[in-house]
Amino acid sequence: MTGDPMIEVRDLRVSFGEVAAVQGVSFRVEAGESFGLVGESGSGKSTVLRALAGLNPDWTGELRVEGRAQGRRRDKGFFKSCQMVFQDPYGSLHPRHTIDRILAEPVAIHRMGDADARIERALAEVGLGSQFRYRYPHQLSGGQRQRVAIARALILEPNILLLDEPTSALDVSVQAEILNLLTRLRAERGLTYVLVSHNLAVVAHMCGRLAVMNRGRLVEELDAEALRRGEAREDYTRQLLRASRGYDRAAAEAFRDFA
Amino acid sequence: MSANPNGGSLAGWLTADTPRSRAQARLGRLYRGWQGFTRNGLAMLGLAIVLGLVLMAALAPWLAPYDPYQQDLGRRLIPPGAAHWLGTDAFGRDILSRILHGSRLTLYIVALVTVTAPIAGLAIGTVSGYFGGWVDAALMRITDIALAFPKLILALAFVSALGPGIESAIIAIAITSWPAYARIARAETLTIRHSDFIQAARLQGASSARIILGHVVPLCSSSLIVRVTLDMAGIILTAAGLGFLGLGAQPPLPEWGAMIAAGRQYVLDQWWVATMPGIAIFIVSLGFNLLGDGLRDVLDPKSR
Repeated sequence: MTGDPMIEVRDLRVSFGEVAAVQGVSFRVEAGESFGLVGESGSGKSTVLRALAGLNPDWTGELRVEGRAQGRRRDKGFFKSCQMVFQDPYGSLHPRHTIDRILAEPVAIHRMGDADARIERALAEVGLGSQFRYRYPHQLSGGQRQRVAIARALILEPNILLLDEPTSALDVSVQAEILNLLTRLRAERGLTYVLVSHNLAVVAHMCGRLAVMNRGRLVEELDAEALRRGEAREDYTRQLLRASRGYDRAAAEAFRDFA
Repeated sequence: MSANPNGGSLAGWLTADTPRSRAQARLGRLYRGWQGFTRNGLAMLGLAIVLGLVLMAALAPWLAPYDPYQQDLGRRLIPPGAAHWLGTDAFGRDILSRILHGSRLTLYIVALVTVTAPIAGLAIGTVSGYFGGWVDAALMRITDIALAFPKLILALAFVSALGPGIESAIIAIAITSWPAYARIARAETLTIRHSDFIQAARLQGASSARIILGHVVPLCSSSLIVRVTLDMAGIILTAAGLGFLGLGAQPPLPEWGAMIAAGRQYVLDQWWVATMPGIAIFIVSLGFNLLGDGLRDVLDPKSR
């Protein structure tokens, strides 16, 4: 896998009517890399991810996934190689479908065959026993649901996993479990991750490289090592770092609005 | 291995926390719904009435003491008594037998309307709500036009165009009742079309047809089933109204509305001729309404 990056985004712009949510974002993610997009609410980080996944057709710019330029409509091959895990596991599973049906559907769509064995394997991989297979989502906890959502994304054996705040709707104790699961799965399968989060600690733990977004623009790109050492070039990033360490009066008084 | 708290009973199997097959999971959910339903006494009464209607229709030839079409002018307009429990009509026909046989017509109308109007409404509503844009605009304007017609008048127009008869009445009722179902289905679809599980299905590469049939329809259908059950009374009354006006079932068919119309001229002196089929319509309509209320409590997640 030399040459082409796994994901390449060039001058991506997304607007919702009058509001320009993303204003010219460019970045690239190499194969096997874990890339983080950080920013506060409304910075446009989730919008970038949704445009990348093909859920938002109103964008301009250039998106290349596995070297192939992507249009507004994606083909089946794209979905086979690029899957997404949503933020809220309470909303991302169909309330009337059993876990079995939820996992069987992607296998049926892509005519992969051998659904029974695939479902059992997918459940085992995310640490759920087969006793969960015929339950409904409402019989599961938030962490278990997110495991099902991860299993659903991975059952297609994709190369890329887009993660939209995968732990922010979960209990703190469960967050670590899900993050460790994601780390293990990436190591086992050589997956490429794009992780969107407002939580710098999560991104520092999960990602090798990250980009900071504010008001629809990329403020700066840095690697996780630099983030841990607190070596940010931009004032906005430094402020975000300071805010993430918890509330203190000096930080609140020093707060600036970066337009 | 199967540590079943209820010792392997059927109820234990149905309420098992860890179902072992698709069928068990589905039946278990139905069983829980049924348990909720049985707690509602009035709904059970409604279910009993509707089941009674079905039994009546199925067993009419054996239950009816007389031939519903057998005229006997010597025994006309006999008041309710031992020989004729509900009396006889102007042609000497036994009213009880006619009501029993008439239940078949009522059920026929109900069944045919149920398999046409709600399904058409569901298809139009979900497609309209899911795709949005010009598809939605076009389909909803058609629905608006259909909704703007007064129901009975439109049914009258259809019946006069198609000629009187029970099939015309059914077609007329079906054509006038689908827009309401389309509206409900569209409203439900709009609330779920942007939800994450629909987006997730799209991200798996699911086609629009698969998403609508497999993901949207199951969530719309429960509120639609409730609405259809509650509308049943109205459908029966519209059919009876058309029969009463002479535009539905034709004589000598024992349709309840037509029977009331036939008894109209004797209503002051021989009250039973019009009253008995009227009571039948009342009981069946009430039964469907009670059943619908009970179903809403079980099926509609919003009322819980």
